[in-house]
Amino acid sequence: MSNLSVNHLLGIKYLNLNDLKLIFETSDHFKEVINRKIKKVPSLRDVTIANLFFENSTRTKISFELAQKRLSADVVNFSSNGSSVSKGETLIDTVNNILSMKVDMVVIRHPSPGASVFLSKNVDSCIINAGDGTHEHPTQALLDAYSLSERIGDLNGRKILIVGDILHSRVALSNIFTYQKLGAKVTVCGPKSLIPKHIESLGVTVETNFIKALNQCDAVNMLRIQNERMSETYFPSTREYVQQFGLNQQILDSLNKEIIIMHPGPINRGVEITSEVADSDQAIILDQVENGVAIRMAVMYLLASKLY
Amino acid sequence: MNPKKILNANELSTILHRLSYQLIEDHNDFSNTVLIGIQPRGPILATRLLQLLNDNDNINLGFLDITFFRDDFRRNEKSLKASTTSLDFVIEGKTVILIDDVLFTGRSIRAALDAIQSYGRPKSIQLLTLIDRRFSRELPIQPDYCGIQVDSRLNEKVKVNWNENDGEDSVYLIKNK
Repeated sequence: MSNLSVNHLLGIKYLNLNDLKLIFETSDHFKEVINRKIKKVPSLRDVTIANLFFENSTRTKISFELAQKRLSADVVNFSSNGSSVSKGETLIDTVNNILSMKVDMVVIRHPSPGASVFLSKNVDSCIINAGDGTHEHPTQALLDAYSLSERIGDLNGRKILIVGDILHSRVALSNIFTYQKLGAKVTVCGPKSLIPKHIESLGVTVETNFIKALNQCDAVNMLRIQNERMSETYFPSTREYVQQFGLNQQILDSLNKEIIIMHPGPINRGVEITSEVADSDQAIILDQVENGVAIRMAVMYLLASKLY
Repeated sequence: MNPKKILNANELSTILHRLSYQLIEDHNDFSNTVLIGIQPRGPILATRLLQLLNDNDNINLGFLDITFFRDDFRRNEKSLKASTTSLDFVIEGKTVILIDDVLFTGRSIRAALDAIQSYGRPKSIQLLTLIDRRFSRELPIQPDYCGIQVDSRLNEKVKVNWNENDGEDSVYLIKNK
């Protein structure tokens, strides 16, 4: 097996276990590359990639761009602020216009769920989803699982807890798919109003008692409250949320074992996680960011080999 | 046509001994020389040579993966699979001996010359190959140390077997249909 089963990375849902293993194995090699003195390899020197960001992003955008540059790809960046999108151009038109300038690959972040799937059906290019609304964020989930298995080994049979705004989080859905494909058991925890109805049908366990959930897991992913996606109030006050679902050192000390703490960023320090915990040795938040570049290099390398 | 045996274990052993003596002759105690096997087939040959040079256990041996530097990426059906690179010494200012089993078109060596730049600027780079398939070069690259020269056609393949991997030491010329 040395080829992905897909031609686009639209979501983890479309990948199989072999794809995940191939991406992780390739990431190992790229991780070695980005720790060299000269961090650049010429693999993608004849590939042009457009980064289309219709929604704000720092980490993902920089991570993708660094990954592309370290693979020697040519990069064009686009963000919706100040573009023709505000003049009423449709998504397909925007992308087709960019593609007609001979771009081979498109990395897209969009506020609408399904935007990348829609594009893959309507334009002739390799599409990588960098987050579509509340749907999926595949590269984030890949780097989460990669970073976690770096710490605790094979994830098969492990228990992973996702806490917070499950309803609005694309990271949560991609995480659930990834961990399940790797054989891990996933529990979600948060205020009832922020847990989607029927989420049990995905095979995850719902637990509303934060402490009990923490005691049963090997690793926890603390998600941010996505205020920008909320049109109504989902819980009484931030203070109350912190009291119920905020992770602090006191809670960590009271657990019966050491668990790994992850966060996809951006962190709201003092809300879902305190500074003390975020900066502790149990947190692998910065490993996640480092591995993000290697994972994205692997994804683009493997997809580029399927161009033409 | 059946695969034709070019070298048996004895002949291979003689050649490895000769190559190791040539290396000692030119590089004395290897204080300024490092050996680098090109993945995936070079490291075994490099390790064998190191064993023959074993009077001196401070010789540096590394392995170099050239996958991401190859020029046939996206010209193959399958994606190229990478191997491990391990170079835990400094090559800056050293004489580097690149080691690979078969020299064919010269494109792997070109990629290796590119890849090695990522680790510094060696004083000089030399090339050692067990088999030199002359007359099939596509680039102006020649070995400094060579086991034997083999005349072969483009549709033929030279397969080097090692005891460690393949159960015997031998070299075969295989004709593809």
